[in-house]
Amino acid sequence: MKKKFILKGLGCANCAARMETAICKLDGVREATVNFMTARLIIEEEEGQMPFIVQEAERIIKKIEPDAVMKKA
Amino acid sequence: MKKRLWRILTAAFIWAAAALIGQNQKWAEFVLFSGSYIIAGWDIVTKAARNIVRGNVFDENFLMSIATIGAFLIGEYPEGVAVMLFYQIGELFQDYAVNNSRKSIAELMDIRPDYANVYKDNELIQVDPDEVKIGDTIVIKAGERVPLDGRVLEGNSLLDTSALTGEPVPQEVQEGSEILSGCININGVITVKVTREYEQSTVSRILDLVENATNKKSRSERFITRFARYYTPAVVIIAVFLAVLPPLLIKDASFSDWIYRSLSFLVVSCPCALVISVPLSFFGGIGGASARGILGKGGNYLEALARTERIVFDKTGTLTKGVFHVQKIHLSDTESNMDDNSYNKNDLQDMRKQELLELAAHAEHFSNHPISLSLKQAYGREIIPDRISDTEEISGHGVRAVVDAKEILVGNEKLMRQYGIPYLEEEVSGTIVHIAVNRQYAGYILIADEIKEDALSSIRQLKEAGIRQTFMLTGDNEAAAGKVAEELGLDHAYANLLPADKVEKLEDIMQQLPSKSKLAFVGDGINDAPVLARADIGIAMGGLGSDAAIEAADVVIMTDEPSKIATAIRIAKKTLRIAWQNINLAVIVKTAVLILSAFGITALWAAIFADVGVTVLAILNSLRALNVKTL
Repeated sequence: MKKKFILKGLGCANCAARMETAICKLDGVREATVNFMTARLIIEEEEGQMPFIVQEAERIIKKIEPDAVMKKA
Repeated sequence: MKKRLWRILTAAFIWAAAALIGQNQKWAEFVLFSGSYIIAGWDIVTKAARNIVRGNVFDENFLMSIATIGAFLIGEYPEGVAVMLFYQIGELFQDYAVNNSRKSIAELMDIRPDYANVYKDNELIQVDPDEVKIGDTIVIKAGERVPLDGRVLEGNSLLDTSALTGEPVPQEVQEGSEILSGCININGVITVKVTREYEQSTVSRILDLVENATNKKSRSERFITRFARYYTPAVVIIAVFLAVLPPLLIKDASFSDWIYRSLSFLVVSCPCALVISVPLSFFGGIGGASARGILGKGGNYLEALARTERIVFDKTGTLTKGVFHVQKIHLSDTESNMDDNSYNKNDLQDMRKQELLELAAHAEHFSNHPISLSLKQAYGREIIPDRISDTEEISGHGVRAVVDAKEILVGNEKLMRQYGIPYLEEEVSGTIVHIAVNRQYAGYILIADEIKEDALSSIRQLKEAGIRQTFMLTGDNEAAAGKVAEELGLDHAYANLLPADKVEKLEDIMQQLPSKSKLAFVGDGINDAPVLARADIGIAMGGLGSDAAIEAADVVIMTDEPSKIATAIRIAKKTLRIAWQNINLAVIVKTAVLILSAFGITALWAAIFADVGVTVLAILNSLRALNVKTL
């Protein structure tokens, strides 16, 4: 399954890159992309673990950039 | 953004005042500088504190806070505040540039239709394009955007397709024309039958493509983020050693001197300039290309396109128009020698040619074969069915019909042989249609595909853009392939290929390539999907109608012009050049400043330039990528 999110308030390109690396390492994530220019996060997961992944991704984003809010696209 | 600007200006003003008061009044100076610092940097410091609590150490805010506070502690007030001030200016500028380029790309891609006019109970109402179904009738008034793909039922108009194709010349549409969503209706009112739902319509597919394009990252972008991942921690660790070790190991070395040097390291260690400049360039390049009607599926394809050295073309529909036209009417010797003194010889010949075409068109009247369609189109006048009697279609051979009480045979050489009629044999590219009147050979009509107007100049432009070799693959015969290849100056042409052979031939060509150079295949996308997918870069032309093309291709060119390929390559090269200029600029300047400040040759000011100055320069340079109008 593939899910798209908008990262509101994403302000730094390096943070975006770090979020991407961290989310990619989560269990069950096949591919994750954080696009700084369009402020989008796209997560592709193996199967059935999306709620957990989303929760973890939210935690990672908050940690790296506290002002960014993850919203469903 | 205004508020931030005012904050910076106020802080800068106080900073200037403090600098003027100078060393004479220690306390006033300290108070003013502190005030300036607080105004300029309180948010950075609080963010840094918050991030440390969350276990986030190598964060920009933290680095800047340590660098500036450190400068304060060793008594370098003006520089400490200046670092913070300039850092804020850089951030402001960066946000401004990013917002600007986001906005300009949103404008370029502003093709989303807001509503569709549909009839409900005999009244025209506006509904969301999402709600319209296939087969519904919609009305598009002058000035409105075409909301869904469809076919015109009624009305004439001009459509502005520039938002889709980058093409400034409007397209004429009338009853029966297929129209694409996203165009703007310029003058008349047209009634349209919807042929695709909104989700499947051109406009949503383009938006989808462009939105996802920047998700596939280029190698240069991956390189720079990986670089940043090691660069920042490494520089920070060196900074710590630099502050502590020399004063302990070297006699006469003072802590404040070496701490000052290490502060430069902290300032230079910020990775953002590096990381932002690359995606910003690609974003601009992809956006600029879309505005020219070239859709790339990602930054990685822009990169591959810049490295392309060989291009393989499909012939029909790519280099040629894919529409058959009467090229030549050739009269048999007996026909052309029937002289009549009252006419000029050329006029007479032309008249006889017209007559021959007229007979052929009438004989083929009931056939739907593409060849008969092109004959009728070339004839151009109305066909009077009363003149025709007794038609018989001889499959694989041609047509026998009686027109104006004359027996007409129209077909290939097999038909002529079947009736024992001697005919002219000529090696020409295209399809020959022989005509016999009352079993007498009258001549032939040559029907062939036409080379596109811009094909010749595109090949020249491609060579100029660094393409080394051009190839052509076609299912057509040798003569037709040879003629096109020669006319266009292609390096190699392979004829008589079945669709499956094309993939094999492509693989052959690819095997001879050096590994670094890339090969692009260009096709019209209708039956080329496997080849498009197999090439390093598949370019589909005019492929908006074909789902398979969009699926299989990496780059979609919205118009039919092969010259757009050269444009795409030029855009790709420019984008890549800009991205690497930025990478080199940042790496070289930062390394130089690191070395110089380690030896105490440059002051903190140089570090500020290496960070903020380089960011600003890189961003300004990236913005050039968006400007591709003249490429």
